[in-house]
Amino acid sequence: MSGTIIVAEHLQGRLRDVTRELVTAAATLPGPVTVAIVAREPERIAAQAELEGVNEVVLVRAGGDEFENDVYQAALQALIAQRAPEVVLVGFTVGGMGYAPAVAARLSCGFASDVFGLERRDGRLVCRRAFYGAKVHGEVALPAGRTSVVMVRPTVFAPAADGASTSRSDMSIDPVTPRARHLRFVEAPQSDVDITTADFLLSIGRGIGDRENVERFVKLAEQMGATLSVSRPIVDAGWMPAARQVGQSGKTVKPKVYLALGISGAVQHLAGMKTSGAIIAVNTDPEAAIFDVAHYGAVADLFDVADELERLF
Amino acid sequence: MSTADNFVGIVVHAGGNVKGLFGPRFLPGVVAYLARHGDGTSPEGTPEVKAVVCVKQVVAIGDEIAFTDDGKSVDGDYLDHAVNEWDVVAVEEALRMTEAASAAGEESEVVVVTVGGEENEEALRRCLAMGAQRAIRVEGQSGALLDPLTVARRLAPVVAREAADVVLCGVQSSDSVQAAVGTMLAELLELPRVAVVKEISLDRADGTATVMRELEGGLVDVVEVDLPALLTVQTGINEPRYATLRAIKQANLKEIEVVEPSQDAPGCYEILRIYAPPRGEGAEMLEGSPAEVAARIVELVKARLS
Ligand SMILES: Cc1cc2nc3c(=O)[nH]c(=O)nc-3n(C[C@H](O)[C@H](O)[C@H](O)COP(=O)(O)OP(=O)(O)OC[C@H]3O[C@@H](n4cnc5c(N)ncnc54)[C@H](O)[C@@H]3O)c2cc1C
Repeated sequence: MSGTIIVAEHLQGRLRDVTRELVTAAATLPGPVTVAIVAREPERIAAQAELEGVNEVVLVRAGGDEFENDVYQAALQALIAQRAPEVVLVGFTVGGMGYAPAVAARLSCGFASDVFGLERRDGRLVCRRAFYGAKVHGEVALPAGRTSVVMVRPTVFAPAADGASTSRSDMSIDPVTPRARHLRFVEAPQSDVDITTADFLLSIGRGIGDRENVERFVKLAEQMGATLSVSRPIVDAGWMPAARQVGQSGKTVKPKVYLALGISGAVQHLAGMKTSGAIIAVNTDPEAAIFDVAHYGAVADLFDVADELERLF
Repeated sequence: MSTADNFVGIVVHAGGNVKGLFGPRFLPGVVAYLARHGDGTSPEGTPEVKAVVCVKQVVAIGDEIAFTDDGKSVDGDYLDHAVNEWDVVAVEEALRMTEAASAAGEESEVVVVTVGGEENEEALRRCLAMGAQRAIRVEGQSGALLDPLTVARRLAPVVAREAADVVLCGVQSSDSVQAAVGTMLAELLELPRVAVVKEISLDRADGTATVMRELEGGLVDVVEVDLPALLTVQTGINEPRYATLRAIKQANLKEIEVVEPSQDAPGCYEILRIYAPPRGEGAEMLEGSPAEVAARIVELVKARLS
């Protein structure tokens, strides 16, 4: 067993950033780095996968143009059978969630997900991940002697730069009849607010408690000259439209100021805002993960702070 | 065509790439599923639509924290408990599915299953109070953090035995954030699956469901999946109901079936240690009264925007 195989993630013909990040993550591990592209016509994406640090691109001709979990599973299992990689890296993404754990279950692989650090130690792969809702970090060791499937947290590793052209090889697998079939995509509805272009976002989370409180923060944002954005639970509850949601399944934002009130800092939220210019977080919980990415933090009740902000503007 | 041929027909169509179809371990489940769907009739007393939902009692850490002596978990005294948010919406979704069937005069049933110690029955009772008919707990060590493959393996025989039309799991648990148990379980049961689903429409006549898979950035992938299937459910799919006081009381009287797990094979990882991460190292903390904090915020905002 040797080397690392990265399963490329692509959507509508474009390689996703997470694949570049996986290449950077792989650089910390011994052995050659191979990127596998699974698609009906993988050569159409291959050039995008020629990144710095990649030794080989494997074109796995299978399935349709878009992701189907049975196709990816069959492809990854065939790759593991043929090449016996030490490590397989997959993004901790919606796509990855659909097949990587299945491969690990089928082949009894070592497996860890939402991993933000990895290294080889005493012949085993040791991964760092969070437990107890991001409040505690842990080290897990994957069993030696078999392939480890690792799902890496997006936006942790820097994206690898474009590289020189790399060697390519082809791989074919037995035809797959997917039991779950891609039919079509539906774009998120258009909206007249665009939180991605705002310089100043006032962002509210579940800490605001009740629906009645939403109006108050709409007004406060207006008063402060900010655009209102929200965490996912506020959209799930139907209090604000999805266009205002920050995070992995919402918008990625990079305002000059991101003022977060009552947001805990779940990984999927942080993925959408952690590169903001100045992050100011107000939370009653001193252990909230939002303070990890914040530049300024206040352990305080957001309503008390809001009272005062209303007075000042 | 015999009932059995019929069934194999479904599965072959459903999973042409899958070899072995259902392992012998899961045969009782297959037979039960056949009994309900094989020839289009249902033996008396068995439901027409059956959903199994896997649920977890999650823990949350308060303002203080202490670790167990082995350094591999958090001391139970420092933990609060709740039903995992994603699992609550999964239960709600199952209830809506079966209620729709009941309204059409069909029998239906929702069964909830968890892996854990006795204190985890609290989570099952909450689901019973919401309206689930039966609850099963697969014995698991209290307080220990389990790797997802071990959890999926413990769930598998029980879920297989129930032979559901649809198995639902939450996308992830709020405490461990692994997003793995559902997809692993589907594989162990050789069920078609879709992860991160925010809308489900069943077409049982057709033997499929059409689901909305929510991707990054809110893009939706519309997927058709063969039934029976396992779906992992995303929050926002519904607004879960509250249980009435009366339902909570009744749920407390219900019997919960306890199943001993079979011998565990080695899991997919071993926890070496857990630790409190450095928190807020890069952050300058704003001290003082709310008025002082607000004044500092205003200063910072003005400086950055000018
Ligand atoms: C596939 C997937 C995609 C996802 N995508 C996104 C996404 O795009 N965006 C997103 O946000 N989430 C997303 N999530 C959900 C994410 O995992 C979290 O559940 C969510 O971000 C939590 O939102 P929150 O911080 O507002 O709520 P909570 O985690 O409940 O946090 C509320 C916070 O408010 C604090 N608080 C409570 N009362 C007060 C008070 N009076 N004053 C001050 N503080 C207070 C609490 O201490 C707590 O820290 C996704 C999840 C999955 C599985």
